[in-house]
Parts: sequence; C-alpha cells; structure tokens
Amino acid sequence: MEIGGGKGFYGLLALLGAVIVAGLGAFFYMEHTGHWVTGMDNQIVWGAPHVFAIFLIVAASGALNVASIGTVFGKKMYQPLARMSALLAIALLIGGLTVLVLDLGRPDRLIVAMTHYNFKSIFAWNIILYNGFLALVAVYIWTMLDPTVKKFYKMAGFAAFVWRLILTTGTGSIFGWLVARQAYDAAIFAPMFIVMSFSFGLAIFLLVTMATYNWTNRPLGDAVIRRLKNLLGVFVAGVLFFVAVYHLSNLYATEHHGVQAFILRDGGVFTQAFWFGQILLGSLLPLALLYHPATGGSRFWIGIASALIIVGGFAQLFVILIGGQAYPLVMFPGYEVASSFHDGVINSYSPSLPELVLGFSGIGVAMAMMVVGMKVLRLAPASLADEVADPHHK
Amino acid sequence: MSEHKQPDLARRELLGRGAAIAAAGVTLAPGVMLYGVAQAKPADEPVSSKVRWGMLVDTTKCSSGCNACVEACDKEHGLGNEQHSRDGQRTQYIRKVELRHKFTGATHSLPVMCQHCETPPCVDVCPTGASFKRADGIVLVDRHICIGCRYCMMACPYKARSFVHEALTDQRPHTPRGKGCVESCTLCVHRVDEGREPACVEACAADGSRAIIFGDLNDPNSEIAQRVKTYASSEIRADLGLNTGVRYQGI
Repeated sequence: MEIGGGKGFYGLLALLGAVIVAGLGAFFYMEHTGHWVTGMDNQIVWGAPHVFAIFLIVAASGALNVASIGTVFGKKMYQPLARMSALLAIALLIGGLTVLVLDLGRPDRLIVAMTHYNFKSIFAWNIILYNGFLALVAVYIWTMLDPTVKKFYKMAGFAAFVWRLILTTGTGSIFGWLVARQAYDAAIFAPMFIVMSFSFGLAIFLLVTMATYNWTNRPLGDAVIRRLKNLLGVFVAGVLFFVAVYHLSNLYATEHHGVQAFILRDGGVFTQAFWFGQILLGSLLPLALLYHPATGGSRFWIGIASALIIVGGFAQLFVILIGGQAYPLVMFPGYEVASSFHDGVINSYSPSLPELVLGFSGIGVAMAMMVVGMKVLRLAPASLADEVADPHHK
Repeated sequence: MSEHKQPDLARRELLGRGAAIAAAGVTLAPGVMLYGVAQAKPADEPVSSKVRWGMLVDTTKCSSGCNACVEACDKEHGLGNEQHSRDGQRTQYIRKVELRHKFTGATHSLPVMCQHCETPPCVDVCPTGASFKRADGIVLVDRHICIGCRYCMMACPYKARSFVHEALTDQRPHTPRGKGCVESCTLCVHRVDEGREPACVEACAADGSRAIIFGDLNDPNSEIAQRVKTYASSEIRADLGLNTGVRYQGI
C-alpha cells in the first residue's frame, strides 16, 4: 500500500515547503547583512538556531532506538518499524545539520570544514561522526529493503547502533569538554546527552508513527504503542536522573554555587525554563501521563506526553546552551568585575525572528524528508494491528 | 595542529627587512642593562619556538580610568568602525577590567586581552585549524579557513574573542578583518615581526605608566624574563594550567 498522493499529502508537503523557503530567506538575510541582525553577540555566541540544531541532532540518534531494539536486541515486534525509525534518524540529522551550517559565520566555507581537520577538536570529530552516521544508516536501510544484501542487515544495524552512541557522546562532549565555562566542563554531559537522545528521539518517533497510521487509516495496535510508551517513561526518568546528578554534584562544590544559583533560582527566564519547561512540563507531567492508569492507555494522552517531552527537550537545551552562556565567565573569583566588554554581568539574549524561522525550518526539512521518504521508499508497514505486530498478543 | 606555517607574503618581507634591527640586552655598566624592546628576525626566517613572546602587566601601575592601551589597540587595528553592531556585538581585542574584592574591598584595574596560552583551548576546539599558535607563542586566527562556528569563543576562558557581525570596510592591511569570522588580539604580530612592541605596550609607556612590558620569556636576559623570575606573578585562571604568555603582577 502506498502512502500519500492525496490532497492531504500534497497540502502537507506544500506547508513544509513554505517553512523551508522561509528558513532559506532567513538564512540569506542573516548571511547577507551579517549576524548583527540576530539576537547573538560576543557574549551569547550560540543562539536559538543552535538550540534547534542540537535538539534535532540529539533526537536523530534517538530516533534510531526502535530499529536498534529490533535488530541488535532481536525484538521481532519492532522490526517492521525499523525502516521508518532509520529514515527518521536521517531526516532529523539532516534537519539539524542544515540549521547548524546555515548559522555559521561563513557557510560558504563548508567545504573548508570538510577538507581541513583539527583532530583534537570534538567538532571536527563530529563532522566525521555525522557524515558516517548518515552513510551507515543509509546502508542499514538498504539492507532492510533489498533482499540481496539482507545478510548484512544485522551487521549494519549493529554498526549503526554503536555509531549513534559514539555520535551522541560527541555531541554531549561539545559542552562536556569546555573547560572555560562554569555551566559546562563536566563529563556527565556525554551520557546525559545519550539518554536525552533516547527520550527525545522516541517521543518524536511515537508521534510520527501515530500520525502516519492515523492519516493513512492504517491499523495500529496498542501492543506496540504501549511498550514504546513504557520505554519512553524509563528514558524520561533516566534524563531526570542525570540532570539531578549534574546539579547535585555542582551544588556540592562551592566554586559552582554561583552558576547553580543562577540556573536554579535567580536566572529569570532560564530558571523558569528549567523548572516549568524542562522539569514540570517536560518530565514530571509526561511521566504521570504515561504511567497513570487513566491516561497511560490512551493514545491521545501518550501523544500529549510525547509532545510535552519534545517541549521539555527544547527547554533543556535552551537552559544548557543559552543559560550556560548567560552566566559570566569566572576569571577573578571573589571579585566584583566590570568592564566595557560585559565582564562579570549576566548576559541577556532575545532571539530574533530570522533565527527562529531558521530553527523551525530545520524541523520542516526533517518532516519533509520523512514525508517524501515514506512515500517513495514505502517504509511503513501496511498494518501494525496487534495480531500482526505481536502474534503472541493476548 | 597547533603550529602553523606562516603565509610567505612579499609585503611582510619588505617591511621586515627594513626593520630587522636586533637589539639584545647590552651591559653599559655593572648592574645597568640596556634592554632591547624586542628582537626582530629576518623576514625570510621562519618563526622559532626558541622565542616565547609574552607580556607582564603590573596592576599596581595600571590606573583605573586610563584607557590608553585600549585606544591604541583600536587605532592600530582599525577597530570600532562597525556601523550597525550593538554594543555587545562590537569587537574588542583588549579591554580594561575593574575589580573590587567582595570581602576585602581591594580594587584593581587591569587590561585583559588574548592571553596567548601555551596550550590554547581555542586552538584545541577549532574544527578546521583556523585558530593556531605560532611557534613563538602568538595565538592567531587564520581568516582564510575560519568558518565562523564560534566554538573558540565558547572555549576561551578569557572572553578574548570577538565575532565580526557585519561587513567592514577600510581595514588595516595588517589586520584583515572580515564579516563572519572570529578575531582577537594578535599581540600586534605585524609589529613584533618588525622588531617593534605591541601598540598597547607602546601607548602604556608613552602615557608614563609603563604598566605593560613586552618581551621574550625564553630569553633569560630580557627584562620580562628577569621580572617574572624575581617577582611573583600570576596567570588569570591559573587553575587551568594553560601557561599563558600574558602574566600579571599585583593581583
């Protein structure tokens, strides 16, 4: 059975196309005039586009969860969904990278980034990790679609699984290895980003799966959804655990009290994004919705919980990225510091419209790739009714 | 990746040859030494790791309100010509920082610029190798391969770097600034290669403060090497172990 072709399909593509065109317009505007039209400055050097880009890149790795569980851990129930899961991983990564690249000061020099490598830089490694991930997952999808290369299926799936763990370690280490700043410089960023990827990626996958089967009127049984939502809850709790350990460790060390007080208590919009966005809306409420008997069985509430986890993910990356930069560098401990270059002051950041449009266009790129890919490659199983997905159901 | 081949520019050679005046310390009388400001190398000779350029800032001689070094730097490199950038977006290579201790109330005034670390975090994180350190310890940005990712700005513990937020015109030939690239104090490498002192050092001396001295930390006879050997000096964020080329006395 083929996806799409109807008015809804083309309408959705047109909408996504408009978002992408708007993003391109925002990019050309910022690139042409220079970054002075953005909310960024010499204090907040990575702004809203980075929040979108890193969210999408982290989620990309997690979108591969379902394929990995099917291939690496041999859970047959998930294998029919593996192609969709792998395509989603590619789509999200390309969406994120698009935003990242278009926010460079010199995007015209992308070729330089591909030809000049400083191997001590985790950024340089990430360029290799991202490209390698795209190639590996493409091969993985190929082994699932073409029976002649099916013998490499397990190997490709395993390689992609290991690669994505390394990839997210690399993404987390962008922050973990920054010795200069109070909010970063912590090895825990690598494992925390891995669990964040599990959580954000699975939340997006659940929404995409439910939307696909709903819009195409295909049967989707509760067995798959219920297992995945239980897993999602575990991942959300896992992220909470890492966040708690990160903050508690830093609260123990006097030298970090300043930045912790800023994020957790005095940081205004950052404190609100942390407690209301990340913790309450993005973690505790979804956990309650996923596990409470009254809502845990409802597809609607599982969808709401997934959407909240995505909102919480954005809040978390906003707090890490922008909040981490807003707190001043501590160069002279014990001193009040003032200068003409914003030393010693809390920095503020308001995203400009072009930055937000560019960010959203990354989501547009990912969704458009997903929609087109599902139609062209026919990745989604025709039925995921309980008796098909899980023969031992009931 | 930390060492970088210097572009062999004819212009630099031309300038360099005329100014290659080596002036080491000369003993005039017992205990009276005449120090050369810097030792220029012939322009066709590559920079050598035998030299480690550095600065020593004596904060007790640096007065609050004096901005001579900053003004000289801006003039030397043609900074401050942004038309559109907001205050927080404008480039500063050097700025004056005012300190007041929260407990003791002690106050200090001092200039902060790129500290020209021996192991610079900006060089470590730069994906393309655009951030590099010359053999003689000067940390620079190769503006031909800087992609404007700004990771070096995240990594610098001294907040020493600026991003060019708009198109610029009338740049100085020795400071090729351009939209979308990151930049920072060059230790006036164009002057140093000619055997002259950085503009901030010169201005500070002309002002009568002489709070900043410049020289070769590896040359035991240089004034800077003698001073750091004799008196206690410190690095900003010494905990990071970066062995900065810029050191401070009095904080």
